[in-house]
Amino acid sequence: MNGESPTGLYVRVAGALYFLLGLTVACAFIDMGPFNIVVALTIAVAKAVLVVLFFMHVRHAGGLTRVVACAGAFWLLFMCVLTLTDFLTRN
Amino acid sequence: MSPHSITTHDHYLNAGYGPRSWLLTTDHKRIAILYMLSITFFFFVGGFFAFLMRLELLTPNGDLVSAETYNKLFSMHGITMVWFFLIPSIPSVLGNFLVPMMVGARDVAFPRLNLLSWYIYVVGGLFTLGAMIFGGVDTGWTFYTPFSSTYAHSNVIPVVIGIFILGFSSILTALNFIVTIHTMRAPGLTWFRLPLFIWAMYATSIILVLATPVLAITLAMLGVERIFGVGIFDPALGGDPLLFQHLFWFYSHPAVYIMILPAMGVVSELITCFARKKVFGYRFMAYSLLAIASVGFLVWGHHMFVSGQSAYAGMVFSALSFIVAVPSAVKVFNWAATLYKGTIAYHTPVLYGFGFIGLFTIGGLTGLFLATLALDVHVHDTYFVIAHFHYIMVGGAVMGYLGGIHYWWPKMTGRMYPEGWAKFAALVLFVGFNLTFFPQFILGYLGMPRRYHVYPPEFQVLNVLSTAGATILGIGYLIPFIYLIWSLRHGKNAGPNPWRSTGLEWRTPSPPPVHNFDEIPVVTTEPYTYVAEEEQRE
Amino acid sequence: MSENRALVAHQFDTAAQQRGAATLGMWIFLATEVLFFGGMLMAYTVYRVTEGEAFAHASRAQNILLGGINTAVLLTSSLTMALAVHAAQGGRRTRSVMMLASTMALGALFLGVKGVEYAEKFAEHLVPGVDFHWAGPDAGGAQIYFILYFLLTGFHALHLAIGIGVIAVLTARAARGRYSAAYSTPVEVAGLYWHFVDIVWIFLYPLIYLIRVYR
Repeated sequence: MNGESPTGLYVRVAGALYFLLGLTVACAFIDMGPFNIVVALTIAVAKAVLVVLFFMHVRHAGGLTRVVACAGAFWLLFMCVLTLTDFLTRN
Repeated sequence: MSPHSITTHDHYLNAGYGPRSWLLTTDHKRIAILYMLSITFFFFVGGFFAFLMRLELLTPNGDLVSAETYNKLFSMHGITMVWFFLIPSIPSVLGNFLVPMMVGARDVAFPRLNLLSWYIYVVGGLFTLGAMIFGGVDTGWTFYTPFSSTYAHSNVIPVVIGIFILGFSSILTALNFIVTIHTMRAPGLTWFRLPLFIWAMYATSIILVLATPVLAITLAMLGVERIFGVGIFDPALGGDPLLFQHLFWFYSHPAVYIMILPAMGVVSELITCFARKKVFGYRFMAYSLLAIASVGFLVWGHHMFVSGQSAYAGMVFSALSFIVAVPSAVKVFNWAATLYKGTIAYHTPVLYGFGFIGLFTIGGLTGLFLATLALDVHVHDTYFVIAHFHYIMVGGAVMGYLGGIHYWWPKMTGRMYPEGWAKFAALVLFVGFNLTFFPQFILGYLGMPRRYHVYPPEFQVLNVLSTAGATILGIGYLIPFIYLIWSLRHGKNAGPNPWRSTGLEWRTPSPPPVHNFDEIPVVTTEPYTYVAEEEQRE
Repeated sequence: MSENRALVAHQFDTAAQQRGAATLGMWIFLATEVLFFGGMLMAYTVYRVTEGEAFAHASRAQNILLGGINTAVLLTSSLTMALAVHAAQGGRRTRSVMMLASTMALGALFLGVKGVEYAEKFAEHLVPGVDFHWAGPDAGGAQIYFILYFLLTGFHALHLAIGIGVIAVLTARAARGRYSAAYSTPVEVAGLYWHFVDIVWIFLYPLIYLIRVYR
């Protein structure tokens, strides 16, 4: 445990999360065409990463925890990508 | 002490009598026995449905049951056998009993969750059984939409609820195994000193954990569609039935690996013990299990080649399906190499092991035929497919289960089964199995469709052979059922290690004490440190 | 020391092993939850690709202010939960009870706002299977959008409600001084679950509410 107060850290992380929330709403008002979804998901991933690393303590966790934390997301990615090979290549 | 008791030590079976000591147990060994009783019951239920199907198929006409009833029979046979027998079989019976012992632990990581998983299984099973008795379900175990969501008039919702509930049993069991194997190994027991059965249970658990939730949500969406009449999968309302198939098979293809990987783990234990040799290529065997588990998640579209799926997606899935065969082949070669120049003792467990290797190879090779796009167009939805998966699931997984039951029976009960009858039953099963399912390869190739209760008269001879085989198979399953029960009273005292096996589980009395080990062992060697007989005598 | 031994279950050798096992167990459970929600998200992805216009039109019926407030509510509840875990680990009874209670209250607020949103949907006849009437084009696509809306947010709300229930139990036990530096595993593990429920909503908000906000 380092000397830094976790309380302060948690509050700053929450601040970052609120900022990102405001950012994603603001960006939604701008027409970026196909990039709206890319921006929205990128911000969502950033928020999720902050929650996972700091609130869920993965920043201090070992390799096994990190692998399990990512496993679900990876498998979901496989499922969506391979399924889209069907839906995107139909005539 | 009862006059029939042959042991003098305290063990898990005599540590408390009466229903409460069993129904409130948290001992992994008792939970394994509870599962064994439950899945045996469902095995005979599923077998009964199969028996009625094969009776109907004795003649080309639909003279025993109506088409609607036949639809229910094959549906309920599939649902019962897949979810209530095969998927739990080796993991929940042999896995529960052996995983803590093989890693040198006193129990699994979460014993109360373990007991909960059995209760969840029972609740799911009774729900589904009730739905089957009071009307049945006729959608096929695959529940394809829009028939299952819109047009079927059978008990789809209760059955789907039962399977949804059961899924949590699988997930909890698997979660327990993964945590136990990661965090509770005995001192010195590094990953590459683990028996291959543990690697198999670990790989299976990963599949269970990642695939089962997708089945759960898919069935939930199916239920919502059926109850509320909405259109997630219904083309008439803007939905896509292929979405259901993608979601369903994302679980159900890995599910077949859930059924076969544990049996592969058992076979590795049997071959090494009865050839008195360490396994050939231990690391490749372990990595192959992990490879099958992971690549197995990427091939599900091979069930959908003729469904209307894009041809490009079909090509991708076909290629991946060829790739997933490679680690399985590696395992077969390595088992053969392990047997080579081994000192083989032909006891019943390894006879099941040999049966597994031969029949799994046939099943696996025919899988490659099915993975070939052009061939699959011809044989999809025919008896060729049915023969293929029964070679793997019955010739493979069930033989693996029976081999494991026979191998570890002395450890679990302290008794030996009668060897003569056991060998006889293994032979009857092998003959019955092949007579049942080999004709089905031919039938399928000749064009007989699956899920039909009528067929052209020229297929009758092969169908009669198949039904004859099924009768022999049924008798073959009854024989061990009888003598294993008989052995509980009259079997010879087994002693701690009748097979002179090297596993940690054999370093305890038979049956084992409640806490497994008086002193947690310290492991210093690889597994399967068998020494050839001649070396031993020197 | 013997007092600590009593908190270690018989299958474990040390408290550290027990805590490690519990944490790993919860992470694995969360992986299953990712795939549980993932099935619905895959259905969403497929239809968003094939029915993009319908989804964009249909999503305009959402109230992005209420959705945004709810997102902020859950983010705050993750903060209070993290603070609760920290307090429990330090044996700070009052602080942990207050933080746990705050988390529950924020969760309940979320559910209240959700209830208001659902009521609005019923009033506007946007509940497929119960009362659905879509005036615009792409009625099929719009219907699918709303089914997925109710499925995704409904299962999310269910998970949130279960989380509130679990935290209620923990709050009662924390009030009785059950948690300390030696033993706070249930709070830590519940915290992981709560943060996961927050993360699901972090993705649901833009996917459901922010498809095409600009004109």
